[in-house]
Amino acid sequence: MAARRPPDPVQVVKQRRDAALAALAGGVPYIQTLGIQFDRKGDELTAVLPFKDDLIGNPFLPAIHGGVTAAFLEITALITLCYQWLWEDVESGELQVEALEAGELPRLPKTIDFTVDYLRSGLPRDAYARARVTRSGRRYASVMAEAWQDNHARPFAMATSHFLMPRSDG
Amino acid sequence: MVADKARIARQFIASIPHSRTLGMEIEELGDGYARITMPYHDRIVGDAKTGVIHGGAVSALMDTCGGAAVMSHPSAPGGTATIDLRIDYRRGAKPGDTITAEARCTHITRNVAFVSATATDSDAENPVATATGAFTVEGA
Repeated sequence: MAARRPPDPVQVVKQRRDAALAALAGGVPYIQTLGIQFDRKGDELTAVLPFKDDLIGNPFLPAIHGGVTAAFLEITALITLCYQWLWEDVESGELQVEALEAGELPRLPKTIDFTVDYLRSGLPRDAYARARVTRSGRRYASVMAEAWQDNHARPFAMATSHFLMPRSDG
Repeated sequence: MVADKARIARQFIASIPHSRTLGMEIEELGDGYARITMPYHDRIVGDAKTGVIHGGAVSALMDTCGGAAVMSHPSAPGGTATIDLRIDYRRGAKPGDTITAEARCTHITRNVAFVSATATDSDAENPVATATGAFTVEGA
C-alpha cells in the first residue's frame, strides 16, 4: 500500500490557488477594463467592482450602467464556475502553476444565456458579487449570481445563467 | 415634438459615460426603435486567445439600446430603467467586427415597456445574440 502523500505546505497551496485565479481572470481583458478584482477565501470567491466614473449609466442619478452590472454578474458567474471546475486539478497539482502563469488554460465555458434582474439602482460606490453553481454537468452548467453594495441583505441585481462546458475530449 | 424627444433621448445616451467608454454610437432613433453600434476593441475582449468579445459588453450594448428604444417611444413621457433583460448568445462575434444592436419596443403600458433586441456583426443575417427585456416607464 502506497504511503499517503503528505499535505502540501500552506504557501504552496495558496500560491497554486492564487495563480489559477489570476490566470483565469487575466485571460479576460474585459475584466481589466471594468477593473474587477477577486477576493478568495478557500474556494469561495467574491468579485469586487471598485467604483469609477466611466461605469456610470445614468449621469443624473448617478447610477452604475445596467450593462456594467450585467457584465459584472456574468464575469462573476463565469469565473466562479471555472474556478470550481478547475478546483480538483488545481488542488492535486495536476494543473501546473508555471503553465497557468504562462496563460496555458483549458478552454473556457461559453455563455448560452444570461438573465439579469435589476432590483434597485447601482449607487456610485464599490459593488460586490458572488455566484453559486447550481448545476454542474458534463455539458451544461447553471449558475446564479447576486450583486450588492453596502448591505449584503439588499442586493441591487441578480442573475441566472447557463453555460456550455468545453468538451473534455478536446 | 417627436423630433425633439428623439433629440433629448439622443443627447441623454450620448452623455452616458460607460457607453462612451465602449464607443457606442446611435445610428437611428425614434418611434420606439433604436439602432446603436459598438466598435471592436481589445478592451472588451472576453477570451484573449480567440479575441472574441465578452458577452458582458454585448449585454451593455443591448441594455443601452433597449433603454434608448423605450425613451424614444411616443408614449414614454420620460426616463426608463431596466427591470430585467435576458440575452441568448447564439454564437461568438467575429473578432474585429463592429457590433450593431437593434431594439424595438414591442408593447408599452403606463408603467412597463417590453423590448426585443438583436445584435449582429458583419454577418447581419445571422445574429450574434438576441434579447428580450422589460423596462420601467417613468414620468416626464
